[in-house]
Amino acid sequence: MSGTAERRLGAALVAPAGAALAVVALFPLVATAWLSLRHRVPVLGQDRFVGLANYRALAADARFWGALENTAYFTALAVTLELLLAVPLALALHHVSRGREALRAAVLVPWILPTVVAAKLWALLLQPDLGLVARLWPGGAAAVLARPALALHAAILVDVWKTTPFVALLLLAGLQSIPEDLARAARVDGASPLRTFRSITLPLLRPAVLLALLFRSLDAFRVFDVVFVLTGGGPGHTTEPLSLYAYKTLLRAGSFGLGAAISLVTFLCVVAIGLAWLRALGERSPREPPP
Amino acid sequence: MSPRTAWAVAVPYLAFFLLPLGWLALTSLWPDAELARPLPSHLTLANHVAALEDGGLARAVANSLLVSGATAALALALAAPAAFAIARLGVRGGRALLGVALAISMFPPIATAAPLYGALRAIRLLDTLPALILPYASFSLPLALWLLTGTFRALPAELYRAARVDGCTPLGAFRRVLLPLAAPGVATAGLLVFVFAWNELLFAVTFVTSPARRTVPVALALFGGEFRDPWVVLAAASTLATVPVIAVAVLFQRRVVAGLTAGAVKG
Repeated sequence: MSGTAERRLGAALVAPAGAALAVVALFPLVATAWLSLRHRVPVLGQDRFVGLANYRALAADARFWGALENTAYFTALAVTLELLLAVPLALALHHVSRGREALRAAVLVPWILPTVVAAKLWALLLQPDLGLVARLWPGGAAAVLARPALALHAAILVDVWKTTPFVALLLLAGLQSIPEDLARAARVDGASPLRTFRSITLPLLRPAVLLALLFRSLDAFRVFDVVFVLTGGGPGHTTEPLSLYAYKTLLRAGSFGLGAAISLVTFLCVVAIGLAWLRALGERSPREPPP
Repeated sequence: MSPRTAWAVAVPYLAFFLLPLGWLALTSLWPDAELARPLPSHLTLANHVAALEDGGLARAVANSLLVSGATAALALALAAPAAFAIARLGVRGGRALLGVALAISMFPPIATAAPLYGALRAIRLLDTLPALILPYASFSLPLALWLLTGTFRALPAELYRAARVDGCTPLGAFRRVLLPLAAPGVATAGLLVFVFAWNELLFAVTFVTSPARRTVPVALALFGGEFRDPWVVLAAASTLATVPVIAVAVLFQRRVVAGLTAGAVKG
């Protein structure tokens, strides 16, 4: 079989996967953009082109701005805490010798759990009469999830609990790619462990850190499960993120055009965040030492 | 950091990660009548039985196994040949496809939910299990494609050439030589896709409405809606839903860690 024939076979093997991505992911995205320019409420039989009216409605919608703020706050705080907590954990995972396998398996557990279970678990812990927190600290846990100032932070706590392991494992992969000789040379030169960490480990870990920030901020910005289970977006709409607002608009209110507009704004925010991090990643790479 | 210091750092994390799960397990064994006591006088499996019977959890577990298994099979069937072609056959646009796949994996799922809902209704699949399997397989394709392309690239290029020289067709070389050698990578990809499908909530709660077709996350998320706060039964249901993925974490720890950090190492 000649090279062209091989290439033709290659194209035939790639086609089904490409088609699946196009039909189920790319096409719906374009359709969402189109839908966001329409006023479509199927139960009322309404469907007409309205241009940017849905977006104008959102611009004047306090609930939308609240959802955007909740999502941004959730993302910023959760991802920051996860990164800060993950650095020592990654170092510990990197340096344990006995029981390494068991430690990694244990750390993996929160990450691999369904988010629904993680959220239910913390709802149980924070439950005002019988939860563990209430038992240990009577009165202290009184209705955490019913108080606007606390409920969103409870959702952030669940996210931190569940996702810090993932960030730590990403950083661990970065640590393992740093040559041992560098740290050893620094030690020979008389550098303290802290100095070695600051001057050698941390700069070389930068790509892994940026990558973790990229993955996690995109993932946190589309948060849905945690809030859906923990608070349902309440009290009021004080914990409602964009995904949940879009979901309720689409499926509970049956307003497809407006729901599509909220979804598309979420998508555009994710694109903007992604591009910003990718740019940061690109800027760093020329200054990296060659591998 | 010495190994001893490393453990000293790790212990508080272990407590933070595992104590809540221990409390969940304890609550699931707690007799309902004794909830007001600081600790139970004895333990019971009654809550687990109740969760499986009344909560419809047994049904949900069966649904989830079916959906996750079919999703993993479909995603691998689509991704493995494509990854082989990109890695070894020099497909034009192969890199572009990987780039598009990466971008798609970052989509917020909600951004595709409304048109998918309409399309599934149009082809009369709404409220069926395939309504979940098809989108899940597509949305997990990027992960499977990336992992498997890496796996096939890591196999020596001479292997493929030697198989061709020995008279294998390109497809024969893929099926009989490369695929068996790529089995660990395929297993890793299948595992991660399975876990993704097992845990997914947004599509599951959107595209399926009949209680009999709920998956585990939906059954759990909507649990208690029909009853008076059955905390102990909810805890039992959560524990039961957790056991399979914990088994995966413990048994396949190396594989899962390797898979989820593969992108980071190459990045």
